[in-house]
Amino acid sequence: MSAISVRDVWQVYDGRVVLERISLEIKSGSFVAIVGPSGCGKTTFLRMLMSEERPSRGTILLDGRPLPDEPTADRGVVFQRYSVLPHLTVLGNVMLPLEFLGSRLLGRLFGAARRDAEAEARAMLAHVGLDGAEHLYPAQLSGGMQQRLALAQALMGKPRVLLLDEPFSALDPGTRAEIHGLTKRLWEETGMTVVMVTHDLSEAFRLGTRIVVFERLEPERGTRITFDIPLEGRKKPQEHRTPREMHILTQEKSPCDRIAVGGRPSAWSAATIIPISTPAKAAAGRP
Amino acid sequence: MRVINRHPGRQARQILTALPFLAAVIAYCTASAIRLAANSEDRLLPSLGQMTAAVRRMAFSQDIASGQYLLLSDTAMSLQRLLLGLAIAVGISFAVGIAVGMVPYLRRTFVAFIAAFSMVPPLAVLPILFIAVGIGETAKVTLIVIGTAPFMIRDLIMRVEELPRPQLIKVQTLGATSWQIALRVVVPQMLPRLIDALRLSLGPAWLYLISAEAIAAESGLGYRIFLVRRYFAMDVILPYVAWITLLAFLFDALLRVFQRRAFPWFALEYMR
Ligand SMILES: Nc1ncnc2c1ncn2[C@@H]1O[C@H](COP(=O)(O)OP(=O)(O)OP(=O)(O)O)[C@@H](O)[C@H]1O
Ligand SMILES: [Mg+2]
Repeated sequence: MSAISVRDVWQVYDGRVVLERISLEIKSGSFVAIVGPSGCGKTTFLRMLMSEERPSRGTILLDGRPLPDEPTADRGVVFQRYSVLPHLTVLGNVMLPLEFLGSRLLGRLFGAARRDAEAEARAMLAHVGLDGAEHLYPAQLSGGMQQRLALAQALMGKPRVLLLDEPFSALDPGTRAEIHGLTKRLWEETGMTVVMVTHDLSEAFRLGTRIVVFERLEPERGTRITFDIPLEGRKKPQEHRTPREMHILTQEKSPCDRIAVGGRPSAWSAATIIPISTPAKAAAGRP
Repeated sequence: MRVINRHPGRQARQILTALPFLAAVIAYCTASAIRLAANSEDRLLPSLGQMTAAVRRMAFSQDIASGQYLLLSDTAMSLQRLLLGLAIAVGISFAVGIAVGMVPYLRRTFVAFIAAFSMVPPLAVLPILFIAVGIGETAKVTLIVIGTAPFMIRDLIMRVEELPRPQLIKVQTLGATSWQIALRVVVPQMLPRLIDALRLSLGPAWLYLISAEAIAAESGLGYRIFLVRRYFAMDVILPYVAWITLLAFLFDALLRVFQRRAFPWFALEYMR
């Protein structure tokens, strides 16, 4: 649906380089997972993609055109927290994008238009497994349900690109597995381009069609892309992969649980892939 | 068990709540009895009986001169001023607070000015009001507005700024215009917070009301207290003070209940 092209982007805060020379061509309909140690600038990168911030240098194009200067409906987002509105019920949250669209002046639909929107919203809720929770407030939902709601709400806006910032990292492994299935299904159905930041390498492997590793190799310099691993059909012959790529790929099934962050088997952080190059940073990089 | 972990039981809770009230009443009665025993003409601490008689006179019998029930007419006048002043203050604060909180250009223009303006002591402005609009109702209502609105405006600006940034980004990605964000996202979330600000403003509002009535009025609770002060009528003043306190307390409780009923999500989100 939509291609993103990031060209030589830098982000500098108060003279401190956070991101340096980031270039990335994201194909329409792909699912890019961005991993990297904490504080390396993944969120910063995503904030630029949603126009919350402008790059200090470089350009970002969406379907060949410069990114708009402010967030727009073509790029949906889901954050780890604060993605849904606390004062609206589940149904109200999901109807909201339709109400914004249908009523420029009041942002509120009435009568037949409202019934149509409600039907559409209910269908979406059923689709993400939230039927029966229509009249609850977000504070009454579990973390997993809240993120389902956030996904449903974002999709009601029919974005061409979906940006996810660690959307599932606060969930327990079981809930996370379920919501992974849902995310994958929604992505396949809509054909949107997805960019997801995650700490969880297994999540990146399960969902992504491509994994991009952000890393700061020298302390004084900015974070750069150190690995860019296509997963689309892992048919690529193993011998064509570099040793470090192989290492990252095999980690998925390797006994690296032992050094996994927090000892949780599924919580393979990007930190676990760093020991090869810079052992000292592995510890520092843990979330 | 640690003191911080020990909780009173059901009955103990009620007793504990009532205790300080009872203690105050008993302390007063004792002191009053001692003084009256020493001098039966003492006016400083009238007995409960004397106050009851004063209340009967003020609240339940017609005033000979005006033919009115004084406590009733005083209360009506005071409440009218108080509620009008607060309503105007709330209206102004809500509109200004949300607009300034949301729009960076307005914030730049007005935040420093409002902060400076809120430091003007309202009572020092009272003479200006008297000169400008006379000593009628307008001056008293205006004093309440000047006394309470700056606080509510500043509070609301801060509450709007406190809304999580991701939330505002998120609604923008759902296609909302600034106006729609104000109507559907900011205003509904600010209403319960406005009630909090209003509750905190009740005290100052009464303060300015009583002050204005004490200085220039022909009716009202504050007027009455300062009028009977000339005759050392403590038997009237004390019940009036208790009545004002009760009214303020009831308003506060009413607002609290209303907030919980009207905005169930607010309690869920912030008062767990
Ligand atoms: N507005 C800002 N002003 C100054 N520095 C900032 C700003 N935003 C981010 N930074 C800095 O940029 C760096 C990257 O932050 P960012 O939030 O993008 O990291 P991250 O990779 O998302 O980390 P995490 O995995 O912990 O979420 C941090 O060192 C942070 O302090
Ligand atoms: Mg982050």
